[in-house]
Amino acid sequence: MSDILVYDGSFDGFLTVVFEVFECKLQYPKIEPSHRASATFFNKIREIKTDPIKSKRVWDGIIKKRNSNIKRIIYKAFLSEKVGVENILLDYIYKVFANNTSIFGNFTDSSVLKLSKIVKSVEREKHRMDAFIRFKLTKDNIYFATIEPDFNVLPLIAKHFKDRYADQQWIIYDLKRNNGLYYNLKIVENITLELKPEALKTKGSDVLFTQEELAYEELWKNYFKSTNIESRKNMVLHIKHVPKRYWKYLSEKQL
Amino acid sequence: MNFERIKEKLNILADAAKYDVSCSSSGSKRTNKNKGLGDSSGMGICHTYTEDGRCVSLLKILLTNHCIFDCAYCVTRKSNDVKRAAFKVQEVVDLTINFYRRNYIEGLFLSSGIFKSADYTMERLVAVAKKLRLEENFNGYIHLKSIPGASDELMREAGLYADRLSVNIEIPSVKGLKLLAPDKNRADFIKPMEKVKNEIIQYKAEKKLFKNTPIYAPAGQSTQMIIGATNETDAEIMYTSASFYKNFNLKRVYYSGYVPISYDSRLPSIGTEVPMMRENRLYQTDWLLRFYGFDIRELLNKDTPNLDMDIDPKLSWALRNLNLFPIDINKADKHMLARIPGLGMKSVNKIINARRFRKLNWEHLKAIGAAVNRAKYFMTCDSRVFETRDLTAAQIKGLILSNSNSKYQKTLSNQLNLFDAVTPLSV
Repeated sequence: MSDILVYDGSFDGFLTVVFEVFECKLQYPKIEPSHRASATFFNKIREIKTDPIKSKRVWDGIIKKRNSNIKRIIYKAFLSEKVGVENILLDYIYKVFANNTSIFGNFTDSSVLKLSKIVKSVEREKHRMDAFIRFKLTKDNIYFATIEPDFNVLPLIAKHFKDRYADQQWIIYDLKRNNGLYYNLKIVENITLELKPEALKTKGSDVLFTQEELAYEELWKNYFKSTNIESRKNMVLHIKHVPKRYWKYLSEKQL
Repeated sequence: MNFERIKEKLNILADAAKYDVSCSSSGSKRTNKNKGLGDSSGMGICHTYTEDGRCVSLLKILLTNHCIFDCAYCVTRKSNDVKRAAFKVQEVVDLTINFYRRNYIEGLFLSSGIFKSADYTMERLVAVAKKLRLEENFNGYIHLKSIPGASDELMREAGLYADRLSVNIEIPSVKGLKLLAPDKNRADFIKPMEKVKNEIIQYKAEKKLFKNTPIYAPAGQSTQMIIGATNETDAEIMYTSASFYKNFNLKRVYYSGYVPISYDSRLPSIGTEVPMMRENRLYQTDWLLRFYGFDIRELLNKDTPNLDMDIDPKLSWALRNLNLFPIDINKADKHMLARIPGLGMKSVNKIINARRFRKLNWEHLKAIGAAVNRAKYFMTCDSRVFETRDLTAAQIKGLILSNSNSKYQKTLSNQLNLFDAVTPLSV
């Protein structure tokens, strides 16, 4: 019988839990974010308060391993928000600290293999957001886009868009997690908005967006149609590359 | 801006440009400067895919589809009765910038029909790129077509603003070109390619001495060949391709299955199927040459002038060279691992990483993601189960085909029934 360790859902919170596990030498605890955790007949819930000092000590310990791949795997796998990923990560971190040689390449280890698969899907989702985000120019002169990614990739895409759209204000808003990024021509900030229903429509409405915006959307749709070669049509391949769940945010896929 | 007119032009000129298959937007090192627009230093991005499954990464258009040439394979040929249009330089600039700002595209792919002369056309293409770079501080990706016969000075300037330059050699053989495009000759294609190659070499040398040498075509050169319009063998196509990779340091050669667009008797008639599968096999061969360490002479030669259509070129090579197998994946070097059918470079790298920790068995390989169903006839691992029968190449091929689902199954169905007698090895 063991406790369920519950944290606030943040990366710092998770690392604090890892600290507690090592500190108190807990055996095989179950770790869950607070929004998912519930006590069962056998398990009690123990809440762990996020402590930046403790989480930093764990992270510094990981950095000391001097392997950027390990850092990348831990952070990105965490962002997947998959059920149970915390416990795979804990097992991985045990092994990182226990092994002198890096375990990164040990694909015969089940945690290493599982995490490498999770990270692969997180990175693919990140890349998809780089590709599938469609900005619309609002009347306030801000380029605005909404997304609902499978994983919490917002922290991963900030740099890409900041480097690329350095001279325009933009907002990328994650509707699923209700937070977004706002670039104000200097830095990228985290924001929370209350969105009007007009903003959520994929089809641009002229309440929020400029006439010019609607015209460019129209041009883009036309381009998308004209660049297709009818005699090579292959919808299976098309859907494989652009899965249907992303269509609602792609202006070219709206009729 | 008159959107209705632009829309009409865009439809005509995007439609005419779509047979150019190049769409890559990777390989450049151009970063965002002075808080301008765009950055093309990362990996390429496909922003969407058309219904034919091809990626849309760049705004791919012609500047104009007026053309003084009459090449049989081309939709914009002089004698073809199609609507003609031409963009103004500023219109292309505006479209590119506005599409880019909305994250529709990675940049611009600009080609053109040849109007007046090669130099006159090339000058216009360069003018678009120059305006984007100098006036708009645009750092996205620009791919310009080198117009056959353009002067060296213009090609030098083009490379200063473009990330990639390409000139399509169109028909894999000189005799085929003569047949279909009598007013063009190979030498005109080669000339700008040669110039760009030399400029890139010079840039790389100067860069070592002077840090601020202006970058020149950082994403290199590519070319394209039309497949199935003339009757070259696969060997002829791939030898041409290999020689272009070697002699001009090309980044990519693209193979474009001919889409029938003309009633010309020299060409496959309208309604003929696009040779997509052949195209696919040629790309596989191309990959084997560039990433798997194969030599073209191993894959295609006098005895095998054409690629097998029912199996991939690596499997086909392995079946011709059964004496080299089986390979012990716990001992073999990278070079040999890459030659096992069913192992791609990703699996090869994982195997090399993982086998440092322990000897690998079938379960490990499956978990890693190797195509064990194909690989098992060509390898051994840390297990007592392995292929012990002395199978012939034809038997192995039959076993593999009967256990796999090819996307081209329809075309191949009657070849599969011959080898049913042998039962597959279970691991």
